[in-house]
Amino acid sequence: MTEAANTTVTQMRARKRFSFGEFVIEYAVVILLALVLIALAVLSPSFFTFGNIVNILNQNAPLLIIAAAGTFVIISGNFDLSVGAIYGVAGVVSAWLAVATDNVWLSLGAAPIVGLALGAFNGTVITRLKVHSFLATLASSMIFTTIAVLITGGTLITVTTAGFTVLGRDRVGGIFIAIFVMVVAVAIFWVLLTRTVFGRKVFAVGGNPEAAELSGIHVNRTKIIVFTLSGLAAGVAAAIGVSRIASGQPLSGAGLELSSIAAVVLGGTSIYGGVGAVWRSLAGVLLIALIGNGFDLMNLNPQLKDAVTGVIILAAVGLAAAGQKKR
Amino acid sequence: MAVPATDSVIVELQNVEKRFGGTLALNDVSLQIRRGEVHAFVGENGAGKSTLGKVIAGIYSADRGTVAIDGSPVDRWNPGLAQQRGISMIAQELALVPDLTVAQNVFLGVEDHVLGFARNNLLERFAELEAEVGFGLDPKAKVSELRIADQQKVEILRSLARNARLVVMDEPTSSLTATEMKQLEQLMLQLRDRGCGIIYVSHFLDSVMRVADHVTVMRDGQMVKSVPAQQVTKETLVTAMLGRELEQAYPERPTAPDPNTPPLLEVRELRTDTGVEDMSFDVRPGEIVGLLGLVGSGRTECLRAVFGVDPMVDGEVRFDGREWRGKKPRHSIEAGLGFVSEDRHKDGLVLQRSVRENIAMASLASRASAGIIRTREEKRDALGFATALEVRPPDIELPVGWFSGGNQQKALLGKALAAKPKLLILDEPTRGVDVGAKRTIYELIVRIAEEGIGVLLISSEHEEIMELAHRAYLVSEGRTIGEIVPSETSVEDVLFSLFNVVPKGASAA
Repeated sequence: MTEAANTTVTQMRARKRFSFGEFVIEYAVVILLALVLIALAVLSPSFFTFGNIVNILNQNAPLLIIAAAGTFVIISGNFDLSVGAIYGVAGVVSAWLAVATDNVWLSLGAAPIVGLALGAFNGTVITRLKVHSFLATLASSMIFTTIAVLITGGTLITVTTAGFTVLGRDRVGGIFIAIFVMVVAVAIFWVLLTRTVFGRKVFAVGGNPEAAELSGIHVNRTKIIVFTLSGLAAGVAAAIGVSRIASGQPLSGAGLELSSIAAVVLGGTSIYGGVGAVWRSLAGVLLIALIGNGFDLMNLNPQLKDAVTGVIILAAVGLAAAGQKKR
Repeated sequence: MAVPATDSVIVELQNVEKRFGGTLALNDVSLQIRRGEVHAFVGENGAGKSTLGKVIAGIYSADRGTVAIDGSPVDRWNPGLAQQRGISMIAQELALVPDLTVAQNVFLGVEDHVLGFARNNLLERFAELEAEVGFGLDPKAKVSELRIADQQKVEILRSLARNARLVVMDEPTSSLTATEMKQLEQLMLQLRDRGCGIIYVSHFLDSVMRVADHVTVMRDGQMVKSVPAQQVTKETLVTAMLGRELEQAYPERPTAPDPNTPPLLEVRELRTDTGVEDMSFDVRPGEIVGLLGLVGSGRTECLRAVFGVDPMVDGEVRFDGREWRGKKPRHSIEAGLGFVSEDRHKDGLVLQRSVRENIAMASLASRASAGIIRTREEKRDALGFATALEVRPPDIELPVGWFSGGNQQKALLGKALAAKPKLLILDEPTRGVDVGAKRTIYELIVRIAEEGIGVLLISSEHEEIMELAHRAYLVSEGRTIGEIVPSETSVEDVLFSLFNVVPKGASAA
């Protein structure tokens, strides 16, 4: 009797009470995103136009794909500083193939494959040599960039193949093909993280690798797949990018790795591993993008853009840290 | 009620409330802590005794109510302010810098300095402090080389170096041997006699009865009793903690399997480079087998090697009729060999993830089609285990790190059971677990044995093995030195064998 009574009491206690503070911290990035959206809509009549929205999504399609995969890397407790370099290599290989073969699908299709291979290389190095991913990918990014420079011979590879720009510039029903590619890629990553055995392993490996190992999870294999996916995403993004500018440039991806980490962290995924979500990273990318868009629409000094983005990232991360402490 | 001299009150709590997420951890607690008194907080895991200690030490801030120090309420309260007011905390997980020496740790942050340059007088200051308490610690020893009991002394000295008037000790005894526990009790009494106040958060009621002057009993976040220790007995404490009478501590041992049943696990002359020299034993289906030995005897190391965490150097292991060497934990789990490790924080649970995800973690593939998790089935299974094991609060979506130690342990057991083991290795399954949860775990052990699962049990509380196991092996210095039938042997005999020096080569192979 007392037993049963006790349980009901505890159940009532355990029922989650709505707490405004916790809600704000949990959904900080979405609230910020909504506020910026409202502000832009009020301040600039040209913001909520079909053209502007489609443009923002199109411009950010490569970064959205990279950040969606980057979420896995951060949740697994790692960093991938080589995505920018992989993007460069994949784009250059694609351009070189286009010039050499004049085949659009072969050349654009090569980029994801190059990305996948380089990502797998990263994962293998990290797990076999037991090097921290931060160092391993910092080093591999230098190697990859050199490869890209060697392929181009230090210049640009200009592509004139007919139809090569299909992925970057063409539209279907007024919407860029790149956006469709991005939506599909992001949806796959989202499902992968939330619904699959693999996604669960990524959380476990990032949260407590020893517990994961004792639970029968192949920790190294999980890490290799995470880095392979990250490389693959960079390759897909590179295919969009190279198709858009119709030229292979070794340094075209420079800085993407940091933009991706910034977006993932701004979204609320913890760099300590074990916690995070793909939707958070999407919101992170879009928030940074909208701030940039706002500067353009309202003719603000573009030199201040980065500083404002930096302040917002600090605020969001600080807020999350304060929330953690309270628990 | 006699009103004590108010000047002796260091801390007074009034109507304190503390919430974690939606859980009410402290509900309207009002309490006085006096100097020169050992004040014990007891209660089941999750009752709020630890939280209460942490509110006093400034680790947590109260959501409602007031904390008054020396009669005046504080508006801001954190560990730094608490230390300034002479209140320090010794946490369950010690917070020392392992690579610094004892003296450096003791005076860390309170070094004497001249214009920012540390003065080289640590040893003299240490000697002064040591003269007062007489712990007999070597000031130059590295903390990482000390035993946990000595590390605790360093923590206590550290508090004293900061002129602590009140020391909050959160479950300080959970990783100590019986002798070390007695030593710590002596220390507490010593500190008390110097006029220091001590808050002793513990679930060792025997120990509490030995040292406490005042006892506060917590249950479900509420203070159910706060009285001088003379007014309570161990029995009345348990009744107050549980809100009901305690049933018999141990359930009945299940029937032993037929001795002719072929063993499920056979270990012969196992040797590892982690401290196992020569161990041989076997376990039959449905049998509960204990390994009796002291901490550091090689019990845990042996089982880690069998499960596949550490490599085997020599010897033979057969599981379920198959040679079991060079296997990884994932092979073991797949074949039906489960392992519940002794340290749930280190290698047991992923604290940030929910109870549901933790329970599911070792058996993900069994609830997935083409790599996609069948969410509904997972929820149902996890809820099933959480309910059977009486996980409280019964919300499996909360991060497991938010739960109390006993409930975390239940989640860990749930994870092992969800993988449907044929043989389950339990390494200290009741460590840091309160009376009520212990009984639940014992019943579980008996139930799974009745279902035909073999159980290999390690416990520092030898009584558990003596009461539950069908057979037990004595382990000393990495060797199995004998086999006993617990129902026919007394704990005294076992301890006698374990502490006796056994000549080399007398192993029970």
